[in-house]
Amino acid sequence: MDVIVLENIHKVFRLGGETVRALNGVSLTIHKGEYVAVMGASGSGKSTLMNVLGCLDQASMGGYRLEGLCVTAMNKHQLADVRNSKIGFVFQGFNLLPRTSALENVELPLLYSRHSSGVSHRDKARSALDKVGLSDRMDHHPNQLSGGQQQRVAIARALVNDPAIILADEPTGNLDSKTTLDILSVFKSLNDKGITLIMVTHEPDVASHAKRVITMRDGIIIDDRNVDQKDRVVAP
Amino acid sequence: MKWQKLIKVAFQSILKNRMRSLLTMLGIIIGVASVIALVGLGQGSQADIEKQVSSMGTNLLIIHQGSSFSGGVRGGTGTQASLSMEDVAALREKPLTIQYVSPVIRLNEQVIAGKKNWNTAIEGVSQSYLNIRNYRLSRGSFFTPRDIKAKAKVAVLGKTVVDELFPGQDPVGTRIRIRNVPFVVVGVLGSKGQTAMGSDQDDVILVPDTTAFYRLSDGKAIRAIMVSAVSEDLMTDAEADVRKVLRHAHKLPEGEEDDFHVRSQTELISVASKVTGTLTALLSAIAGVSLLVGGIGIMNIMLVSVTERTREIGIRMAIGARGGDILIQFLIEAVILSLIGGIFGIMAGVGIAFGIGKATGTSVVVSTWVILATVIFTASVGVFFGFYPAKKASALNPIEALRYE
Ligand SMILES: Nc1ncnc2c1ncn2[C@@H]1O[C@H](COP(=O)(O)OP(=O)(O)O)[C@@H](O)[C@H]1O
Ligand SMILES: [Mg+2]
Repeated sequence: MDVIVLENIHKVFRLGGETVRALNGVSLTIHKGEYVAVMGASGSGKSTLMNVLGCLDQASMGGYRLEGLCVTAMNKHQLADVRNSKIGFVFQGFNLLPRTSALENVELPLLYSRHSSGVSHRDKARSALDKVGLSDRMDHHPNQLSGGQQQRVAIARALVNDPAIILADEPTGNLDSKTTLDILSVFKSLNDKGITLIMVTHEPDVASHAKRVITMRDGIIIDDRNVDQKDRVVAP
Repeated sequence: MKWQKLIKVAFQSILKNRMRSLLTMLGIIIGVASVIALVGLGQGSQADIEKQVSSMGTNLLIIHQGSSFSGGVRGGTGTQASLSMEDVAALREKPLTIQYVSPVIRLNEQVIAGKKNWNTAIEGVSQSYLNIRNYRLSRGSFFTPRDIKAKAKVAVLGKTVVDELFPGQDPVGTRIRIRNVPFVVVGVLGSKGQTAMGSDQDDVILVPDTTAFYRLSDGKAIRAIMVSAVSEDLMTDAEADVRKVLRHAHKLPEGEEDDFHVRSQTELISVASKVTGTLTALLSAIAGVSLLVGGIGIMNIMLVSVTERTREIGIRMAIGARGGDILIQFLIEAVILSLIGGIFGIMAGVGIAFGIGKATGTSVVVSTWVILATVIFTASVGVFFGFYPAKKASALNPIEALRYE
């Protein structure tokens, strides 16, 4: 099944008199269960693409379908609901609420959820933290956690609503190489469970953990290839 | 988001900046405290006046001599503008709407008892005065119709007079001298306290009207006639009857003005309540201004809070909060801030009102509806002044908010 279908996406920013073409005709299809790395030089439009995919921003032109829903036609409310129920975002800077426990941070998307399941928020948040291996740090506040642990809380928060896709914009950009491997192994285990992942990175080592690598330049995709599993760097 | 969660988040944010929150609330606290204190004292003194008037008797009519246009030039000659014992007799006889009639002959005299003396008001009244004024006797008895007929030299003392002339003693049966005329004390009046204007109602000696008229007053005119209507509903009828009888007795031709005027207690109430009402309204307006200033303070701090928490807003939006969710969150924070201020203000205001009430001897009435209205009003202040900052927060662009440092 196609989770994401992008057709000729353009994004134009106007800064004063200048126009910046951040995305210049991106077409892309991503299937369920894929693990995609997006690479490219700084300013090539990776974050802009992620923001469009994550429904934080809307394309200036082009079509975007998420699980068959036409996102390009949606209003602000609908976009918020899509972000809540279908998308999990992981940021470079973690973006956790300060002075709020890990558990409550993970619960947060559930509070804005418009369709509730029978399972309690607490239980869902606990099991999400369990999946990222942080069940023993649930009551810790972000300032009591290491960078890697904070990022794992953020991943749990992205997971908690069973999204169609998890988007991660340079998730390891603020982490050292050992912690980076921790996070990548979390991603791998999630992907092994069938979760679709898109991750932006400019490090080839990190990208090599994905199954498919897309390379961007000047707002277009210049390379899109499946990584041969044999070529994958194996963590020591 | 659920209400409990929203309220919890609002409290967390308020408690995070305790000092700042308190200073922000100060305007509301001062405004609410002054409103509550003023209204409490205003309603209290209103109640005092009403109690006072009803202790005088709500069906009481007081007739004074002279035109109601006092000071105006009155035409006509011949008729002496004074009230007489004949007027009293005429009022007693005719109207069905009138229950009790008593003249009041009032003198100020030095009263001597043994070695002590005291300057007080002597009132010559009839026996029914007791009923008209709702007096109780704390000791002895009142004078009888026989005393009145005989112009008996008997007196009933008010409590203040007893305290001055007979401290710690029972005066019944002893003698006092008024204008060198010896009187026997037959009774003591129950205490009535002060009037709303502060005069002592217990500083009085009652004697039979005949005695006062013939033995003490040197033929001075009757100061007033007090009449009580059969019931409160018949006040207007009674007043009309009084006028008819007196005009007839004074032989006033058609078209001639009354040479007396009739006042009722309800009239006094409305005048008094008008005065306290305007005063309260005026002071409340001032208090309202400080509430306005308090509201602006809340708006200011909420704007600061929205700016400080831009990133938090971005995070919440990124994970699916709608603009409306953010709006409600900040609105609730503003309302809670304002409500807490309101509650502190109510407590302070009640305290101040009772403090001032105790110091000045006025009653304080804090009615539940005033508190309820204040709570609703402060909540509205929160909504009104919180709306703009909340709207601003809800309109933020999530990407820009997330990038905010
Ligand atoms: N909000 C914005 N306003 C104007 N220009 C922007 C904005 N966001 C991104 N751009 C521009 O779009 C281009 C792509 O940026 P971005 O997607 O952030 O690149 P990357 O994440 O690959 O480094 C850059 O030239 C950047 O300056
Ligand atoms: Mg970027």
